[in-house]
Amino acid sequence: MDLTVIWAAIIAVAIAMYVVMDGFDLGIGILFPRFEVGPDRDRAMNAIAPVWDGNETWLVLGGGGLLAAFPLAYAIVLPALYAPLIAMLLGLVFRGVAFEFRWRDPAHRKLWDAAFCAGSVVATFAQGITLGALLQGIKVTGRSYGGGWWDWLTPFSLLCGFSLLVGYALLGTCWLIWRTEGPLHAEARRYAKWLTPALMAALGAVSLATPFLEGQYWQRWFAYPGLFVTVPMPLLVGGAALMLWRAVATGKDHAPFLWALAIFALSMAGLAISIWPDVIPGRVTIWQAAAPYDSQIFMLVGVAIMLPLILAYTAWAYWVFRGKVGDEGYHAHDH
Amino acid sequence: MDTTETALLLARVQFAFTISFHFLFPSFSIGLASYLAVLEGLWLWTKKQVYLDLFRYWLRIFAVAFAMGVVSGIVMSYQFGTNWAVFSDRAGPIIGPLMAYEVLTAFFLEAGFLGVMLFGMKKVGPGLHFAATLMVALGTFISAFWILSVNSWMQTPQGWAVNNVGQFVPGPGGWLPIIFNPSFPYRLVHTVIAAYLTTAFAVGGVGAWHLLRGHKTEAAKKSFSMAMWMAAIVAPIQIFAGDMHGLNTLEHQPAKVMAMEGHFQSHPDGAPLILFGLPNQKEQRVDYAVEIPKLSSLILKHDPNAPLAGLDTIPRKNQPPVAVVFWTFRMMVGIGFAMLGLGLWSLFARLRGKLYDWKWLHRAGVAMGPTGFVAVLAGWATTEVGRQPWTITGLLRTAEASSAIGTPGMVGSLTAFVLVYFGAFSAGSWYILKLMAQPPHEGEPDNVAGPIRTAGTTPAMEGA
Repeated sequence: MDLTVIWAAIIAVAIAMYVVMDGFDLGIGILFPRFEVGPDRDRAMNAIAPVWDGNETWLVLGGGGLLAAFPLAYAIVLPALYAPLIAMLLGLVFRGVAFEFRWRDPAHRKLWDAAFCAGSVVATFAQGITLGALLQGIKVTGRSYGGGWWDWLTPFSLLCGFSLLVGYALLGTCWLIWRTEGPLHAEARRYAKWLTPALMAALGAVSLATPFLEGQYWQRWFAYPGLFVTVPMPLLVGGAALMLWRAVATGKDHAPFLWALAIFALSMAGLAISIWPDVIPGRVTIWQAAAPYDSQIFMLVGVAIMLPLILAYTAWAYWVFRGKVGDEGYHAHDH
Repeated sequence: MDTTETALLLARVQFAFTISFHFLFPSFSIGLASYLAVLEGLWLWTKKQVYLDLFRYWLRIFAVAFAMGVVSGIVMSYQFGTNWAVFSDRAGPIIGPLMAYEVLTAFFLEAGFLGVMLFGMKKVGPGLHFAATLMVALGTFISAFWILSVNSWMQTPQGWAVNNVGQFVPGPGGWLPIIFNPSFPYRLVHTVIAAYLTTAFAVGGVGAWHLLRGHKTEAAKKSFSMAMWMAAIVAPIQIFAGDMHGLNTLEHQPAKVMAMEGHFQSHPDGAPLILFGLPNQKEQRVDYAVEIPKLSSLILKHDPNAPLAGLDTIPRKNQPPVAVVFWTFRMMVGIGFAMLGLGLWSLFARLRGKLYDWKWLHRAGVAMGPTGFVAVLAGWATTEVGRQPWTITGLLRTAEASSAIGTPGMVGSLTAFVLVYFGAFSAGSWYILKLMAQPPHEGEPDNVAGPIRTAGTTPAMEGA
């Protein structure tokens, strides 16, 4: 068994965990100005208050894991995506402090609400741009980044930025459908109804543009045996979107969030298939970027022991804060 | 200066700025997490209301400090790659796994149980809640363990080899010599005690402030008294630990100690302790020096006549910038002794039964409240600037470690960091001060985050 492949899988899982978990936090931030000032906003906040910083920790694991397992990739990708990454970090700083202060500083609550939304939008948009810039290829010279300051900024990367805004907003609304009651819940349902087709349109646009970026993607998608994946993928995603839309329309509570997760999972699987086995598409493979065996095996011990534990008590924390959010934060909900 | 030099300087300033801002919060939350565990444990044990009140009071402050530590820490995990790409590539195989262990063993523990700690006394019951508090405190320790191991390896690298692409990789001895490198135990002890003292003085300062204002509540007295015990007992321990750390540095990074002492010249028959002066790197001397003969040799070698080498034995290109190291070191030591002084004064007051009455003692307590933070930053400046011109001592120069980012990009990102940090974190610090200005009350509400409310909470109990 190849350690490098295992490590690629671990990093992919960490990033996927981050995307879906912080995705619904950020999504609620993106939609925040649309919610009524007062109890609705408080409930939307309370729906994520106990879990948001645990969710954000997966981002540190993604970044830290990349440095540890693929130091060369980390050393090339981060300078290449300097501007969007710094913007993302600053957006997350804003979102994090706004979270804490909106309760505690009622005099400036408007300001903190705006900061919460702006931070979430900037961080999400920057993450989408990061993904787009990575997909469209990064110039590499020797063992470092060889491109310019603005290379990341293209129509395609902006398209990915907008798509992710829509995607996270959808995750956020589905979370609210699951976790809230009353007017906020009804409102979340309304948003989910039009965000679902919007996300389909965005995913379609990104998917149509992708094969034209790199010969590799074209090869991968439209040549045998890749066709076996390429053909069913749109059908699967479309099917999940349809199920999501129905679940929203028929008043289901947690099904919409699960279908939204399915859409994200399928999209990320599609990404992985497009990029594999590269860590920087078309330039550097996972084996070229991999840390030496001693580093990989040392960390694997830690992951093997800790990751199940982390998943277990993360699940426990989510279990403690299950059910609907009331005016007082989470309370027990008898079905 | 050409553009690469300017870009390098900007990268260093950005790192110094983001790490300094970041470290203010962990140095507070490491100590505060332990203090909260002690308070909650005392409450469970004695059932005295005052401990629960203090616990709830400091928990609110902890929540804000912790959140600011988290968000500023995420920035740090990306700083290495954005600004120090060569360092990331070459040292990644060694420092990467250690930092990954920090995330795996500490961050998730803290973040996972913090939610329970802040939101859950009613949901999980006091026993499990105390367990969550202990886990958060443990997490802060584990975090300090790994990150200080990384920093210590950069200061005193050990157990490495070089592979065929120029990366530093674990040597045949495996990971233990890397993790437990020569300066690590000393740095770990010194840093954790520093966090404890920083927290003790912040807590004591708040207690003293309320005593001065006439809020002689049980909780204010208890805050002040507990903090003064810490000052009296822990400050001397810290001075001793710092001395041990200094001797270890003398052994492994002599140039750093020479800069701390201001010894440009070698002293073959006993070196003086330079109390104050103006280090002049250009002329390689300290101007206007005020000296105590032989004392430096006595402290560092335990023999007043022992020879001590100076920076004249180190090539100019390998010397750290002396003035910064010299002055930050004196700031740290000065504050350390002032802390010891306040601790002894409080002992004296305690013996006379006047701990809660002597106004001048309380004024000194308030004045000393924020000094822990200053000492921590000064100490880090001493050790990090004292490592220069190396990022990894003897292995990688700082000038070779940075990314090829142009000056405009560096200026833009630094400006953004400064604006956002000052905006976000001054609001946070102002809010913490506002919380501190309220005295701890009898029957502090059990509500940390979430809407401010005056009504009782819903008695929502699992299966109750």
